[in-house]
This record gives sequence, structure tokens and C-alpha cells, in this order.
Amino acid sequence: MEKINLTIDNINVEVDKGTTIYKAAKKAGIDIPVLCYLNLEHLNIENRPGGCRICVVEVEGRKNLAPSCSTECTQGMVVKTHTLRVLNARKTVLELILSDHPAACLTCSSSGQCDLQDLSQKMGIREIHAVENAKVSTYRKDASPALNRDMDKCIMCRRCETICNDVQTVGALSGINRGFMSVVAPAFEQDLEDSPCTFCGQCVAVCPTGALTPFDDTNRVIRALADPKKTVIVQTAPAVRAALGEEFGMEPGTLVTGKMVAALRTLGFDKVFDTDFAADLTIMEEGTELLGRLTKFLAGDKDVKLPILTSCCPAWVNFFEHNYTDMLDVPSTARSPQQMFGAIAKTYFADMMKVKREDLVVVSVMPCLAKKYECERDEFKVDGNPDVDYSISTRELARLIKAANINFKALPDEDYDNPMGESTGAGVIFGVTGGVIEAAVRTAYELHTGKKLQKIDFEELRGLEGIRMATIDFDGIPINIGIAHQLGNARKLLDGIRSGMYNFHAIEIMACPGGCIGGAGQPLHHGDSNIIRARFDAIYREDAGKPIRKSHENPYIVKLYEEFLGHPMSEKAHHLLHTHYFEKHKI
Amino acid sequence: MAQYKMHLLVCGGTGCRASQSEEIIKNLNTEIKNLGLENDAQVVTTGCFGFCEKGPIVKIVPDNTFYTQVKPEDCEEIVREHILKGRKVTRLLYEDPETHKHVEDSKHMGFYQKQLRIALRNCGFIDPENIDEYIARDGYAAIAKIFESMTPQQAIDEIKKSGLRGRGGGGFPTGLKWEIASKNSADQKYVVCNADEGDPGAFMDRSILEGDPHSVIEAMAICGYCIGATKGLVYIRAEYPLAIKRLQTAIKQAREYGLLGNDIMDSGFDFDIELKYGAGAFVCGEETSLIHSMEGLRGEPTVKPPFPAEKGYKGKPTNVNNVETFANVPVIYLKGADWYNKIGTEKSKGTKVFALAGKINNVGLIEVPMGITLREVIFEIGGGIKNGKKFKAVQTGGPSGGCLTEKHLDTPIDFDNLIASGSMMGSGGMIVMDEDDCMVSMAKFYLEFTVEESCGKCAPCRIGNKRLHEILEKICAGKGTEDDLEYLENLSKVIKDTSLCGLGQTSPNPVLSTLENFYDEYLSHVKERRCIAGSCKALKLYTIISDKCTGCTACTRACPVGAITGEKRQPHVIDADKCIRCGACYDKCKFTAIHVQ
Amino acid sequence: MNKIKSLDDLRKMKQSLEHGMNIREKSNSPESLVQIRVAMATCGIAAGARTVMNTLIEKIEKEKIPAVVTQGGCMGYCYAEPTIEVKVPGKDPVVFGNVDSKVAIEIVDKYIVNGELIDGVIPTNYQTINEQK
Repeated sequence: MEKINLTIDNINVEVDKGTTIYKAAKKAGIDIPVLCYLNLEHLNIENRPGGCRICVVEVEGRKNLAPSCSTECTQGMVVKTHTLRVLNARKTVLELILSDHPAACLTCSSSGQCDLQDLSQKMGIREIHAVENAKVSTYRKDASPALNRDMDKCIMCRRCETICNDVQTVGALSGINRGFMSVVAPAFEQDLEDSPCTFCGQCVAVCPTGALTPFDDTNRVIRALADPKKTVIVQTAPAVRAALGEEFGMEPGTLVTGKMVAALRTLGFDKVFDTDFAADLTIMEEGTELLGRLTKFLAGDKDVKLPILTSCCPAWVNFFEHNYTDMLDVPSTARSPQQMFGAIAKTYFADMMKVKREDLVVVSVMPCLAKKYECERDEFKVDGNPDVDYSISTRELARLIKAANINFKALPDEDYDNPMGESTGAGVIFGVTGGVIEAAVRTAYELHTGKKLQKIDFEELRGLEGIRMATIDFDGIPINIGIAHQLGNARKLLDGIRSGMYNFHAIEIMACPGGCIGGAGQPLHHGDSNIIRARFDAIYREDAGKPIRKSHENPYIVKLYEEFLGHPMSEKAHHLLHTHYFEKHKI
Repeated sequence: MAQYKMHLLVCGGTGCRASQSEEIIKNLNTEIKNLGLENDAQVVTTGCFGFCEKGPIVKIVPDNTFYTQVKPEDCEEIVREHILKGRKVTRLLYEDPETHKHVEDSKHMGFYQKQLRIALRNCGFIDPENIDEYIARDGYAAIAKIFESMTPQQAIDEIKKSGLRGRGGGGFPTGLKWEIASKNSADQKYVVCNADEGDPGAFMDRSILEGDPHSVIEAMAICGYCIGATKGLVYIRAEYPLAIKRLQTAIKQAREYGLLGNDIMDSGFDFDIELKYGAGAFVCGEETSLIHSMEGLRGEPTVKPPFPAEKGYKGKPTNVNNVETFANVPVIYLKGADWYNKIGTEKSKGTKVFALAGKINNVGLIEVPMGITLREVIFEIGGGIKNGKKFKAVQTGGPSGGCLTEKHLDTPIDFDNLIASGSMMGSGGMIVMDEDDCMVSMAKFYLEFTVEESCGKCAPCRIGNKRLHEILEKICAGKGTEDDLEYLENLSKVIKDTSLCGLGQTSPNPVLSTLENFYDEYLSHVKERRCIAGSCKALKLYTIISDKCTGCTACTRACPVGAITGEKRQPHVIDADKCIRCGACYDKCKFTAIHVQ
Repeated sequence: MNKIKSLDDLRKMKQSLEHGMNIREKSNSPESLVQIRVAMATCGIAAGARTVMNTLIEKIEKEKIPAVVTQGGCMGYCYAEPTIEVKVPGKDPVVFGNVDSKVAIEIVDKYIVNGELIDGVIPTNYQTINEQK
């Protein structure tokens, strides 16, 4: 690799050719402020349109200032990052951005989490020099079941656009209009719901301001909790426990399962259950479905649909309903754990508790925004009553806890309630990319071969690379497995299958970077992918510490089949735990 | 083959066609036929003559008679008198605005005397839809010569030696650009012709494509040979239907002659050209925006480097030059780099096409050697200021150029001098202003354009230009302060310093150059609330001179907002707060009793 | 259409085509050419000016003489029609009267090519091409 030597603020730096000034400065310990720039290094996601011009620096011999985020270092370059000219330019540009941004920080849901607000504090902006009656750009508001768009707050950083198009290849968002009225929006500024949006929410996860925010369900949850007629139960998704602590100043990767359970109980939930339980149930159904298809395939059935595709991720489901309408019979028909939980809760558990369906409120705490959309799907309702009533995000739960004045860090660890609080390590790893398929392999292997696994950890299925492939030996039968996270990678994998380039038996797909741990409902990572890495490790720690690590060994799952469902893929299971998919058309 | 004694060249450019030049061509032909002169005179549809002020133009050669503002009904007279009897139709000849004498032929017109037409050499001279006429004028001889005797590097060296610089605005040395693109290896490279002429009032590229499309095609093929590209793309505004048609015709003819396609002239070199249509966004003249637009993406720039020469269209090395630059290329090979580099100034060689507009007598398209002074252009070629008014400023370089004044009139025009004077060459717009033009309003007007045309990608251009415009509006409305002037300057400098592409890097030029050259005018707006030029409506104050007012009430009835009151036969008064400065009272008053300040 | 295969092909093609463009090319720099103006008013035409003009054009074409033939209005020498005015670069213009095809060829051969004056010169005291403004 060719080396480049340069000086930044009189410090000599040596970097690889192709390194930007911003990164070189970082190496030299110099912090250049950025706004639109975003780099999730572990995930290979970079947004550097060079649009905000906050990161400009002075380069000797260059007539104008250079955007450090997107200017490569050259041999002998002399860079000054904090001259008066630079500081004046940055401040003037930031003032300009603020002059077209609503000064509504007090009530903005991103207040305290907002990169723009932070920068403005850091740069000591105390007044905005602007013309009286200066125009501000305003746009139509758009509320979808998963997220809200208030583009008056958009600063055109284009992060959402990069995520939506380059990373997720969804293509719901793009720059529209020109000049002062430029904004990122669905084509023709239509509603997100009418666009090919999958509600993965990754745009929300990277939005530096309050322009893209989650649809907020907390008030409805509070109202249900306050209603004495209602029995309110809650389920918590695997990835939540690995991230919730961050909202309370704890180190990324701190597992807060026990404190979370305690907090939920304090908030007034009648039962605190675990989505991991439903994850184990998912493995029973999906694993059985996989084995069924495999057996037929091995018996020479040409019509059998392989590879089987996982169906736990609602954004992924939306994605293939939009983009792979010719392959609707390929994914597993198993519902997602959230919906399996809801279906069992409002039947089996309601019967057990002798509560009427309409008096039982099921709340889910999810790392995800697409789950908000998923629980509103008609096929998951009985006579209009949804299996899962409200889905709130990790961040919304944190807000509820803060609003209730609960000292989270001081809470004791508590255990989940039974029967739907018992789960295995296999259920926990649903929270990371590769986890669902590992959980499925653990069970499918034992059910298929009738042998005990020698080693439960399938390291070959783990990692943060966007597309991973592995072959697992099922006692002489090689099972080819593909894994993709982020929808763009999913697209590559699916296109490869369509064209016959790949030959897989099973594929796991998660829409978000890193899987659910990087979900859009999680605490904001502000561009630091180390946070996602830390959550990733935490999930596997939780798995390793579980006494039971295979779904089919979960005693309450065994009991559920015995008492209620019969066997996996039974008619009842089919009715409650499986679904079908619809063709969705883009405009 | 008929031995014509005369050719009647009729302008078939967009401007003259809009004034019925097609009808004129039809009538001329009919009349020639009626009088049996088919073997004596031939009517030729050509491209633009540049003298658009007085179009439609009919030029008769070999005697160079130059008929202006010809109407279809004049055709009979032209043919009967001039063609048949050899008598010029005097009333249609160009009349010198100073001497008021009719000028017998174009050789004696001030408009043409100082011009040197290289890029426009065939415009108004050949039939652009007839490849034979281009070939008869040494068309495609340049590329043939290169195939026979030059390696790509030698051909690049010739352009480098000529000193040709990009005519689209940047002034980047063309030969160097080609060399960089030639050195980047790739399985596919592209030659792009930028025909996205976006400056308001500029139409040199359109005129070249309409008047001489083959010279651009030939130059693109030469460029392809030099850099190793087999594909050419012309990015052309969809609003240029005639240029598109002529270009399509020319491409078709070139293919038929084997001058485009595979193995051109047995050289083993393949080259073909495809058209890509732009929707007319100003920013798409910027090369990275242009490439994105061609790729079907939003037309907005990206940070350079990487330059298109490394990573351009579809990620492949791409050389982008504009139409005028290409139009210069074949001549350089035919007459030699040494001939070319003797024209012009030390660092700006050759000629430049300018579009003259504004308060100038001869509005039109001119081509002059670099180094000519603004004075020569404005007063000799342009025929001076309209209606004998006083020259005030000239805006060069389009909407993001600067305003130059009296003191710059004798500066030789070239790339570097214009920048040193606070303006730029741009694509060659030249808008002349007289004493009635308010320079604050001018700056506001240009900002209005750049605000409209900003792509919105980078913050300083998107929001900054808007704010500049708002401050200028405020000043023109008489609400500005001296602080505003200070902020205006700082903001302008920051926008230039921080914007992503050439649009924002230059858009504050009109503000900065007027602040520098006409600071007094700004001051009088903010301090005295006065517009010296008298053009800012909000700063006009209408009062009634009571001595002169007869109380006829005509003004009261004319006032649309009821701002004028008074008894009949008594002096009236205007309520300045209600007055909307429409001037209706001023127009109606028969006693000059309304005073405007 | 045959494709152009070489510089030679192109040159040949140019030669066959430039003929048609000649009068336009010549108009670009008339001052460096011999300018022949044929008076083509009614009187001239009646006296055969058109034929003279055709003869002149053919002749200079044939002899490859750098000359341009234009037509003008009546010069006022109606008694001597057809009249032509010849302006050789560097010399004063000369007007010839009673020019027929034979005389026209003589004018070209003797006056234009060799610089010899021939009979029929009309004394000049009128505005010449050169003086026109």
C-alpha cells in the first residue's frame, strides 16, 4: 500500500493512499466536526455526500476550503483544521442550516439525541444571523404505522437516502425538488405507506435530527396500563436486553435482562414475558418445515421449494412482498416470534388466565420499527382485535421508564413470568444476524439425525460480514446455508438464487445491520459501529450462559405442544403460527 | 450540375425560424422558380449568422449582401430586384445606427469587422443538414489526417500545443484533460459532449449544433481516438429540438459515409455517438452532475476528485468537453497548433464566442479573438448602448459572473483577466447594463436565478443563496441596514469558500462584484433609502406638486388603492403609506404635477 | 452510398464537392480576388448581359482564375451595354462596354491574366466597388 505523508495542524501524519483528511486527522488525534458524514465501519456503510460542508478545512494551495470527509490526502499536503477562516465558514454554514430548521428543540422527540443540536452547542451558536421573515422550507407531514416524517427538520444529510438506496436497495427515499426546497422523500412526495418502503426504519436510525422519528405508541400503552379492566402483558425481544442499558448511560453491550424485567413490572405490566419463548416456538415450526422440505427434496421431489427462507423479520417480509413476488411460496410460512407470541397469548394464555381476548392487551418491546407495522397487518387480527396490540421500541421503553421516575441502574434483577418467560439460548440469538439459522440448525440437526450435538456453537454461522455462507454436515448430508443482513445483501443473495448461481438449502435474512441488535428501535448508535459490535458479543454471552440452549428442549414449549398445539405443523399450529404472503405493488 | 451565380443563405437557426425563416425559404424558392432562375440562384438553409437582433437574415453571396429583418412578403422583391436585375433592396439592408446609412454588404458591417470566426466558421455558411457541404470545407479532413499520420499521443500533443482551454466555463487545458483520460486504462471509456447550455441568454452551443453539427461530431471522434474511447455521448437539453434534429441528421449522414461506426476510414478505430437528453437544469452543466443525469440519477454534483477522467459515466474514464471547445478542434489540426496559438493572449489562445445581450444595439452571437477589449466588443461590434444611454456595467460569465465597469473596458478579455477583475469567462454570456439599471436589483436578479437552479445538495448553496437573495430583496425594499451589507459580504465569501460545485462557488460573484464596484449604490439604498438608477419600485416616492395640481381628480380615479385624496379643484395629496408605487397617477396627470423621487 | 475509406477518398470527394461551394468561399475574401461585376439591369439583360455573365463564370472556372463574378445594377452606360467592371487586386477598377461573349473571354485572357488593356474601356468617374461604404 502506497503511503501518503502530510501535515495536519503541524502534526506529521502517515496514512494509506486513499485515506481522507478526516480519517487522517482522526489518526493524528484531531477531531473535525462532521454532520452529514456517517461511517459504520464494521458494516461497510458510508455516507459522505460532502453536502453539509461542516467538516471543511484549509488546504495549502487550494483556493476554496476542502470537505475533509471526502477529500483524499495527497503527498505533502498541508492541512489546517481550525483557522479563523475555517471556523467562520463552519459557523456561518451551521447558522444557515439552523436558519432553515424549526427551533422546536423543547418538544422534539430527538432532543438530546440530535446531532444538529449537539453540534450547535459544541460550536457555541447563540443566535442565528438571518433576515427577518427568512423563509423556511416546509413540507407535508407523513405518518406511517412505523415512522413519522417531518421533513421541515430535514437538513439534507442524505444519510437516510444512502441507507434506503445503497444499503437496503429499497429505493423508497430519494432527493426530490431542487434548491431551497430540496428534501428527501418518496417519489412524488407520496406517503411512505404507498411507496416500496419496508419500514425497516434504518433511515430513522441514522437521521441526525428529528426529521425521521419512530411512530410513538407509549401513550397508548400507558392508557392500557391505567385501565383496570385490562390485563396487560408484555414480551421483550432478544436484542432489547443487549441495548436498553445504553439509554441509561451504561456501557454498550451491558446485558440488562433482569433490570428490564423489574422495570416492566414496576411500570405495571401484569405479566412480563419473553419473546425468546416465541423464538423457540418459531424454531419448532420453521425447523419442522425445513426438515419436511429437506426430506421431500432428498427423496427426489422436484417441486419442493428450496432454499427455505426465514420469515422472522417483518421488514424482510415486506421487502420480498415488494420485490420478489415470483418467490412468495419460498419463505417459511412461520410467523415471526412477536406474532407467534401474540397468537398464543390471546388463545392459550388467555384461556389459562380466563381472560377474554378483548380484555387482554399484548405489548411488545422490540428493537424494531417494522414490528409496529407488522402487528397491524390484518392477517394477525381476529375480528379486528390484533394478536399484538402495541409494539414499542427499546427507546420508547427507556422513555417510559424515565418518565415513571424509575432508577433503572439501581433496580434488582428479576425473572420473567411463566409460562411464556422461559426460553433457551437458541431463542436469545434470534437477536443477531445468523442467530435464527443457528438456532434452527441446533434443533433440526438433532431432530433429523436423532443424535445429540457435540458442539452447540456454530462459529461458522456467526459474524458481521454482510453475506455469509457455510455448509453444515447433517450426519453425512451437507446442508448449505446462506446468511444475509441488510436488505441490499439479501437482494444479492436472492438474485444469485434466481440466476442459479447459488445452491442453498436454507437462508436467513435480517433487514438491519447486524440483525435485530442494529434495529431502528434500538438506542441510536450515532455512527459508532463499535456499539453494534458490543451488542453482538452480549447476545452470544447471554446464549452461552443459558442452561438450555436448544429450542426443542424448552420445557414450556414441550408443554405447550402437549397441552395445546399437538405437534409442530399441526392444524392448530398452522392456524395460529403460520401465515401467507401478499404481492405488493410499487407505484 | 447547375452553375449557380448566387447563393441565398437564409438563417435556419432557432431564432430566425421563430420569425418565419422557413416561410422565407419557401417563398424565395417559389419566386426563383416563377422567374425561371433555378439555374442561377440556389437557396441554402444555414445555421445562425449571429446577428440575431435583426433576424431573419438573408445573405446573398458572392456579393455579401446582408438583408435584415426579412419578412416572407419581401421575398418576391428580393428575387425580382436583386437576383434578376442586380439591384439591391436598399430598405432591407442593415442600417448603421450612428450614420443611419444602409450598409451594402456584411464586410462593411461593424458587427462583423472585428470578429474572427473559428468555432462558428461554418455557421451561417453551410447547410448543416448536408454533410457534403461540410466535407467541401475540409470537413473530416482533420480526423483523416490524424489517422494517416498521428498517434493518439501526437494528436493530444497538438491540442496541448495549441493552448486550447475548455470553453464551458472552467478554462481547463483541453489537451491536458485528454491526456489524463488517455492515461487511465479501462475496458470502456467515454467522450461526452456537454451541450447543456444553461446560462440564460447564452446560445453559442445551440448555434454551433444547429449550424455546424459535423464539426462537433468530428471533434468527438478525434477525442475518442486520442483517449481510446469508442463511445461518444452528447448530453443535450431537450429544449433544443432543432439542434437535436440537426445532430441526429448529421450522425446518420456520418454513419452512412462510414465516418462514424466500426473501422472508420480503415483505421481500425470504432466510434459512435448517442444522444442523451437533459431536462434543462443549470447545475447539469457541471460535469459530475451531467454524468449523474445521464446515468438516470438526480442531477447533482459529487466531490472531485475523483474526476470524470478517472471515474465518470458508469464509473469509466470519461472526457467531458463542451460544444464550443469541440468546434475548435478540427481547425487546429487543419491549420496547425502554431497557427492557433498565435491567436489570443499568452494564456488564453484562440477565440471565444460571446452572446451579447442587454442594453446593447447589436444583440447577437459573436466570435472574437481572446485579448480583445470589452470596449471593442461593446462599442464596435455591439454598436454601443441602446438609445444613446450611458454604459454602466457588463455582466460576463452568465448568472454567476461578476459585473465589470467602465474601468475594466480596456482590459483584454481572457480567462485569467476576467477572474482577476472579479468576474469570469463562464460560457460567454455578456449582458450590458446602462444607467437605468440598479446594480442591487441586478445582483438580486442573478441570485434569483441561482436560487432557482441550485440543486440543493450542499448547505451553503441551498440555504446561503436563498439568504443572500432575501437580504438583497430587503435592501431593494428599502429595509436594509449597513449591518446587512457586512453580512452580505461575509455570507458571499463563505458560500464561495465552502460550496460543493462551481455553481455555489461562483453564485455570489454578482453580489461581491457589485459590492466592490457599486458600494455607493448599496449605501444609498440602506442609508438614504434611495435607488440612484430609479429602478427599485419600493424606493420611489410619489408626491403631488401642489402648485401644479389643478385638482382635476384624474389621478384619484387612476389610483388603484385610493392613496390620493383631495377636494375637486384643490391640490391633491398622496398618502405614502397607502401608495403602492405603481405610477398610474404619474401616467395620468396632464399637468406634470406628480413628482417622483 | 460508398463509405469513405481514406484521406484520399475524402480529398477526391472534397474536390468534387467544393465546386458547388465556390461562390460562397470566394465571398469570404473578395478583396483578394479579381472582382468582376456585370451590370444586370433591364438594359443590360436586354443587351445580353446574362450570356456574358455565364461566359465569364465558365471561363474563370475553366482557367481556374481566382475571380468572383457578381451582378450589379445599371451603371449608367446604357449606350454601351452590356458593361462589366473588373477590379484586379491592387489596381483601380476598369469598366468595359459593349461586352459580348467573345470580348468577355478576351478581357479575361488579356486584361485579367496578362494585364494588357483592350479596347472598350470606359473612362471612370463613378463610385467603384472599392469605395462603396
